[in-house]
Amino acid sequence: MSEPNPAPNNLTPAVLDELRTLVGPHGLIAEQNQLQTYECDGLTNFRTMPGAVVLPRTTAEVADVVSLCAKYAVPFVARGAGTGLSGGSLPTEHCIVIGLSRLNRILSVDLENSRVHVEPGVTNTGVTSAVKAEGYFYAPDPSSQTVCTIGGNLAENAGGAHCLKYGFTTTHVLGCEVVLPSGEVMWFGSEHGVVDTPGYDLAGVFIGSEGTLGVATRAVLRVLRKPEAVQTLLAAFDTTTGAAQTVSDIIASGMLPSAMEMMDRISITAAEAAVHAGYPECTALLLVELDGPLAEVNAQMVQVREFCTKNGAWEQRLAQTDAERALVWKGRKAAFAAMGRVSPNYIVQDGVIPRTALPRVLARMDEMSAETGLRIANVFHAGDGNLHPMVLYDRTIEGEEDRALILSYDILRLCVDAGGSITGEHGVGREKQCVMSYQFHEPDLATMQRVRRAFDPQNIANPEKLFPTPRLCGERRHGAYIPHPVEAAGIAEVF
Amino acid sequence: MSTNSNPLPSADAIGLAPQSVLQELVQLGGSTKSAFDAHHAPEMGLMDQCVHCGFCLPACPTYALWNEEMDSPRGRIWMMRKGALGEAPLDANFQLHMDNCLGCMACMTACPSGVQYNKLIEDTRGQVERHTERPPLDRLYRQMLFATFPHKNRLKIMGIPLAIYQRSGLQTLVRASGVLNLLPKRLSAMENLLPVVPLNPFYSLPAEVSAKSHKRGRVGMLSGCVQSAYFSHVNAATARVLAAEGFEVVIPQEQECCGALAMHTGLEESAAAHAKQMIAVFEHAGVDTIVINSAGCGSTMKEYGHLLRDDPTWAARAAAFSARCKDISEILAEHEPVNRRHPLPLRIVYHDACHLRHAQQVFAEPRKVLARIAGLEVVELPDPNLCCGSAGVYNLLHPESAEQLGDIKAEQMLSVNVQAVVSANPGCLLQIMSSLRRRGEAELPAFHMVELVDASIRGLSVEQLLHGKRSLDV
Repeated sequence: MSEPNPAPNNLTPAVLDELRTLVGPHGLIAEQNQLQTYECDGLTNFRTMPGAVVLPRTTAEVADVVSLCAKYAVPFVARGAGTGLSGGSLPTEHCIVIGLSRLNRILSVDLENSRVHVEPGVTNTGVTSAVKAEGYFYAPDPSSQTVCTIGGNLAENAGGAHCLKYGFTTTHVLGCEVVLPSGEVMWFGSEHGVVDTPGYDLAGVFIGSEGTLGVATRAVLRVLRKPEAVQTLLAAFDTTTGAAQTVSDIIASGMLPSAMEMMDRISITAAEAAVHAGYPECTALLLVELDGPLAEVNAQMVQVREFCTKNGAWEQRLAQTDAERALVWKGRKAAFAAMGRVSPNYIVQDGVIPRTALPRVLARMDEMSAETGLRIANVFHAGDGNLHPMVLYDRTIEGEEDRALILSYDILRLCVDAGGSITGEHGVGREKQCVMSYQFHEPDLATMQRVRRAFDPQNIANPEKLFPTPRLCGERRHGAYIPHPVEAAGIAEVF
Repeated sequence: MSTNSNPLPSADAIGLAPQSVLQELVQLGGSTKSAFDAHHAPEMGLMDQCVHCGFCLPACPTYALWNEEMDSPRGRIWMMRKGALGEAPLDANFQLHMDNCLGCMACMTACPSGVQYNKLIEDTRGQVERHTERPPLDRLYRQMLFATFPHKNRLKIMGIPLAIYQRSGLQTLVRASGVLNLLPKRLSAMENLLPVVPLNPFYSLPAEVSAKSHKRGRVGMLSGCVQSAYFSHVNAATARVLAAEGFEVVIPQEQECCGALAMHTGLEESAAAHAKQMIAVFEHAGVDTIVINSAGCGSTMKEYGHLLRDDPTWAARAAAFSARCKDISEILAEHEPVNRRHPLPLRIVYHDACHLRHAQQVFAEPRKVLARIAGLEVVELPDPNLCCGSAGVYNLLHPESAEQLGDIKAEQMLSVNVQAVVSANPGCLLQIMSSLRRRGEAELPAFHMVELVDASIRGLSVEQLLHGKRSLDV
């Protein structure tokens, strides 16, 4: 399937002037050194200067900007807090970045119906903060939750440690207002938070579409009652196999913990340096959290501890207070960001494997680490098989960044080979689009592309993401990219 | 990055695109293109510790106000990096976003990677001062600030007309008349932030105060500029508490300004001169520890080691000096009290000065010290990490944004329903009171943490503490 080339610069000075009248001088960023701060998100390996950044304050402003983009065929990329790890909000050349950070109001809290109506720039934690005092919480909890925004969570269908029991973002969004790539505004799902609406599940299509189908400007979120009891156990193992077997045993017994996390030695060291959580030093640290009625949690925790002992845990520690539990989680959630303390550079990957493949895949990863001479740190949601291997490297050593990237993609292929997937919750974005064709066959990708084109016939919404293209994946490139003349002319953009 | 003709096989399939890394490497070695000069340029190694995760965004007061990447710590570090790589000039935009930073260091508390933003921003500010222009009025205003604040004797002389202005009823009249609204914003902000000047601004502490109980050490004490001119009662309370707790207190009379103001605004030479004077004075005093009761001064003095790092005669002395500096709450927290603490039944809020909580990571200590006072109920603000907008002279240089932050803080102050506000920094207290007044709310009684300890040791009643005269006896 061929697609029109989004590369020409349609963002002319005249269009910029129009843009300025739409969002006002304080809503537009067009100076070079200011724009540079928007050239990447949480993944800094890929950087592109945007043509302009707008910071609208209302849905109407977003719709106006998108309409302008549609009129002049200017690509746009939505951005929340810029914490994404797959380059989802990486700008496209000559694009307009639509920053939703100023759409950050909580519009209403309706606890009788367990729902909260928010704008997309509200942080994930901000939702819980609004309902915490009344004993409620918002369940999806990506590690960057204090920073990342609901709009980004919708785009990536964000998960988190507790999604093992509670499900991903898509389970918790009752409806969302979306500005389509045409500039039209509509609701997917229910504006009033009704649980199921007839017809196609467009909210289901939209959530996780990585900004390629439109821009969310409001969302009605489901919030949950805090469980009666929560218990968090830390168990230290000498082998990852022991920890992995414990995870399998727990699930096989019919229990559904709210979270089961594993950290390896390097991750423990980094998190400990950042947060001083008091983690035991070990090869594999397993964190099991149970929640629910007190009696049930107590009974299940006995069983969990038996499994830990059986599989060789040499230390088991139950968090005694809420503060202790918060500290345990703070360490776990800071683990990626704290890698800066043990390695100058790193790449976080996000593969998924069947839980039962865990020991085998981990063992293979150890071998790959030895073969390449690059350290791999591991933090993962062990309960649902979502791995976050981090390839550590030093950019100043010649060739090491190349090798690290190759290794990180090889790890994804290993996941696919094991019957898994290339992403659990970070999204494909720019980073993983070239391994999409390893997981999917052409007809699958073509079908997805048809869905995309139904929403965005001009291919202006986050155009260079998600799908593999020869422009980004086919050419071997070192240093600055030089497009093939045929591509540059916009003739050959096929996949 | 590899440029050889025999690349690893899978590179083809995945289309590696790490951009401009080679370019970065070339410049790391030579830095010929850097927009910074070689003297204390922000270090690339420190910038590399930033992994761009964004955890600092919600902690940053200017990001909270404007939600713009370039007014976040992550964005500022990115701009510094671009400057260092020669990919962006040090122009008016660069100056604007570095100036906008309050220097509250809340980002350092939030940062999982341990980025030393304090060092980066201070080195960058020096570069901004050397390489960017300021409009004449801005320059003049800054010169005026630097000609007054760091000079305690000038502040004391200014105290006389100020005391008359405040006590003659003129201030009340001026504030009620609305005439202040006609002044440029910066000047009206200055009036709004005036402390209540004491009638005896020329009071100063004696050079030495002997220990009043079994001697536990000999400490030096910083008297400060604003603190000694307008908050002498806080200094007196500090000396009384230290003496009561068994410390011989040395207050070198020749000490001058610590250089905080200069250091936080990029005037490195001036800051260094102040630092050397301070170090020499306290070396001469022969003390184990230097006790500081002002958060901004404390954070500066603890950074002398960094400031003078490549001065061969001073580097080691500065590092040793910095290691001996302690906030008053630190020294009180680490020594078990020898005096009985009398009860003080009072509900207060403890407001963290950023230069204590974030820049010095001192937040448990003042709470520990206050917890020893029976009956004292210490409540927390909803968002204790957020700066009140005072930030040294920030509220005099950037009154609009400082007022917006002050409004947020005032709102939070009112939400906790307390009888008094306690903090370790006079600037914060003035800022908070000014924000309360702007909302038409009554001011709250404001104290330094050490004043409460002092009142508790001396057995003052709540009534005496709230309404009595603040003692200058030591």
